[in-house]
Amino acid sequence: MSAHRPRSEDFGAQLSFDRGTPGRRAVDVPSWDGEQTPLPDAHLLRDEVRLPELSQGGLVRYYTALSARNYGIDSGTYPLGSCTMKYNPKVDDLVASLPGFATAHPQSPPEEAQGTLRTLLELRRGLAEITGLPHVSLAPAAGAHGELAGVLMITRALEDRGELETRRRILVPDSAHGTNPATAAMAGFTVTQIPTGPDGSLDRATIERELDETVAAMMVTVPNTLGLWENGIEEVADLIHEAGAYLYGDGANLNAIMGRVRYGDLGFDVVHLNLHKSFSTPHGGGGPGAGPVCCSEELAPYLPTPVLEEDEDGLVRLVAPERSIGRLQQFHGNVGVLIRAYAYMRALGLEGLRAVSGQAVLNANYLRVLMHGHYDLPYDRPVLHEVVFSGTRQRREHGVRTYDIAKRLIDHGFHPPTVYFPLIVEEALMIEPTETEPPEAIEALAEAMIAIAGESAEDPDTLHGAPWTAPLGRLDEATAARRPVLRWQPDEDAG
Amino acid sequence: MLDRVGVEDLDALFADLPAAYRDPAIDLPAQLTEPELIALLEERAAENADPGRPSFLGAGAYRRSIPSIAAHLTSRSEFVTAYTPYQPEISQGTLQTAFEYQSVVCELTGMDVSNTGLYDVASATAEACLLAARATRRGAVALLEPIHPGAADVVRTYAYGAGIRVDLVTSGDEATEEHACLVAQQPDFLGAIVDLEPLAEAAHAAGALFVTVADPFALGLLRSPGDAGADIVTGEGRDLAGAPAYGGPSVGLFAARQQYLRQMPGRIVGRTKELEAPPDGGEPRTGYVLTLQAREQFIRRERATSNVSTAQALIALAFTVTVQALGPRGLREAAELCYQRAHAAAARVAALPGYEVPERGPWFQEFLVRGPVPAAALATALAERGITAGLDVSDRAEPEARDALLFAVTEATPDAHVDALIEALAEIGGQA
Repeated sequence: MSAHRPRSEDFGAQLSFDRGTPGRRAVDVPSWDGEQTPLPDAHLLRDEVRLPELSQGGLVRYYTALSARNYGIDSGTYPLGSCTMKYNPKVDDLVASLPGFATAHPQSPPEEAQGTLRTLLELRRGLAEITGLPHVSLAPAAGAHGELAGVLMITRALEDRGELETRRRILVPDSAHGTNPATAAMAGFTVTQIPTGPDGSLDRATIERELDETVAAMMVTVPNTLGLWENGIEEVADLIHEAGAYLYGDGANLNAIMGRVRYGDLGFDVVHLNLHKSFSTPHGGGGPGAGPVCCSEELAPYLPTPVLEEDEDGLVRLVAPERSIGRLQQFHGNVGVLIRAYAYMRALGLEGLRAVSGQAVLNANYLRVLMHGHYDLPYDRPVLHEVVFSGTRQRREHGVRTYDIAKRLIDHGFHPPTVYFPLIVEEALMIEPTETEPPEAIEALAEAMIAIAGESAEDPDTLHGAPWTAPLGRLDEATAARRPVLRWQPDEDAG
Repeated sequence: MLDRVGVEDLDALFADLPAAYRDPAIDLPAQLTEPELIALLEERAAENADPGRPSFLGAGAYRRSIPSIAAHLTSRSEFVTAYTPYQPEISQGTLQTAFEYQSVVCELTGMDVSNTGLYDVASATAEACLLAARATRRGAVALLEPIHPGAADVVRTYAYGAGIRVDLVTSGDEATEEHACLVAQQPDFLGAIVDLEPLAEAAHAAGALFVTVADPFALGLLRSPGDAGADIVTGEGRDLAGAPAYGGPSVGLFAARQQYLRQMPGRIVGRTKELEAPPDGGEPRTGYVLTLQAREQFIRRERATSNVSTAQALIALAFTVTVQALGPRGLREAAELCYQRAHAAAARVAALPGYEVPERGPWFQEFLVRGPVPAAALATALAERGITAGLDVSDRAEPEARDALLFAVTEATPDAHVDALIEALAEIGGQA
């Protein structure tokens, strides 16, 4: 087993390509004994392709060893702020892999896919209820994809109003996820940054000053990335609408407010959700996710294709909205993820969703209270789903950076929190425990963080060199970027 | 816990939320226990077509023989329940498998560099068009017909935001100095194998990039696009990862020549070494990290090359395991088997009285069928006999597609399904 290998073994030096033996193979392909059709002309065909030659057992051992060099939510607490790393119920994977769902072909006539389509229709209804926005497209593959959909919907609405030429700016808070300004730019808008005030909410005076007939929209994350409620967001919505602009909601932090308050009621025109966060679908080492976009009556004609429609006979089908921005994927969205999210929603119901947000917020506050005083807390007040501490004191007094603290947390058996984000908090440690961590896990995390605060005073070198117990020590990221090695090469030496 | 936090109940934690909007009425179905949930979704799954029903749909999603170890390895929870590998010391599993994926994609496509995968083939192709527009500072792209209409639509969606014009062209000669790139699908939407080299030459003569949208499985047999002159190659990895699941999740291959590396969208994994030797001695060991992140949204914000954050890592892993399990010979054999089985099936259809398989030159796994009755009627007649026909493409402009259905037969299409198709077509022909 990999865990028993000597620690200094250089496992990463050899890829599957290097571990093969010519002639070995993992699977056999049936032979063709029918009539042979001549192959196309040779200039259309390839010569050899270089791929590893491993036995099936060899390939399985290699990837199993790799999996042991990974940390997932099933391994332990994974308090990555803004990512909502909650435990994923296994039954959701089971139902999504039922053969009837799994084998459905994306071009099937609707009569042959009613099970999938009805499930998606009910998910859509649920998301509309939860967000208070009646129209939904499940097409976007991820949060940033949903953002692109939402901003393009606003673009097209402005075009229909004849104001696209003049409304060229999108307001984005300085605490926003990087995807917000990147999306605005992808859709051709310029970004105006809105500062955060001392209370952790948007600076109202700046918003009022910036709002004019050149503004297309404002993108706001609720709760914001400080884990705080955006005070007066419903009044900001009114201001934005009076100025003829739209309010876009980044729903990445829905987990804090599920069943408690709805984007639509607050005046948001369009919001995307991250089902892989709030709805507990597995993150898969970085995806797949799903990023449905929910909107008001006014923006509904612009939703991405497809949307679901049920006809009088009860047949559910996929259709294109009247003025749709078009497709975002070749087919219909990350359906396998959407089925998992549906199962999650059905397993909880409204009371369950309210319990989720309640416990998520309680856990974040419990952690805040337990860690209080050991790290700086720039916005020192009750939080929602996450709490953002700062390592400024440790840096100033002991020369220990947040980076060191994060790496040391690995030695204590935890995945580190999100660090250096949001950008407005120096040496940020953004911690989101989620509702699925039991009290003892939160206490253990707090104890580890407090112990590290102690170590930073007494033994800073231990932190500078951490992690000590991980499969690898710190990696040379600067050289990786300066002299990129991005693929296997046959003549490559180990470096 | 409530005491320590200093609140009386959970509701008190939400005091900052505006009272007028707090705790709205929300209509959701009652919660279900696990057995109830399974029963409900089993019932739903059964409302889809029976998984054993013969189907000849392709048109962007193909039935493949996936080695069982692909699902086995990708179900390991260490892979499934991790997230984006921000902490490389405890994420080498995700990172090294992503490096394996990038290597496989480069080998198949003949490109120098690959990212860790985008959402799907169509969004990857749209990103390729945006890259080409950035690199050439041109305001239009040319898509060569026949291209998947869904992919063309996604390119239009992305192009709308970027202010780029999308032209559908029917020949490489239509690429002009206004075009940032010429995009060609391999095999094309109606199944034909495309000779890429003259298209690459035409694109380059116009100063445009040449983008190939390739089926990676077909690349087991077909010339690598890089060898034929492509600058960027995109593709759909889903079919080699597992079942289609009504179209997603997918993984969009995106690979390019070295000179476009710093313009690429998405995450990229690089190989490096530990900063220091391990405590028990020896040399610094090899590891993998997310790299070239200065392109990305979380650093560059509005100046990023793309807004992509979440990838499709798990699907990319399944794709990688399938291709590596097949290996160099297995991939070629499987692609040839697909080719042979499809051609044998097409020959049987063409031999039926009243049926025609319109010729469009060499092809891989999809063929057009024109029957004794109109295309829609033929599809309905097959459906009545328990068979899902190929996609109705009779509304397309290509003369060969007139009144035709597009059938896919692959290495994984059971013989019994082909036999049932031939029998049903003969019966329908006899009644016409």
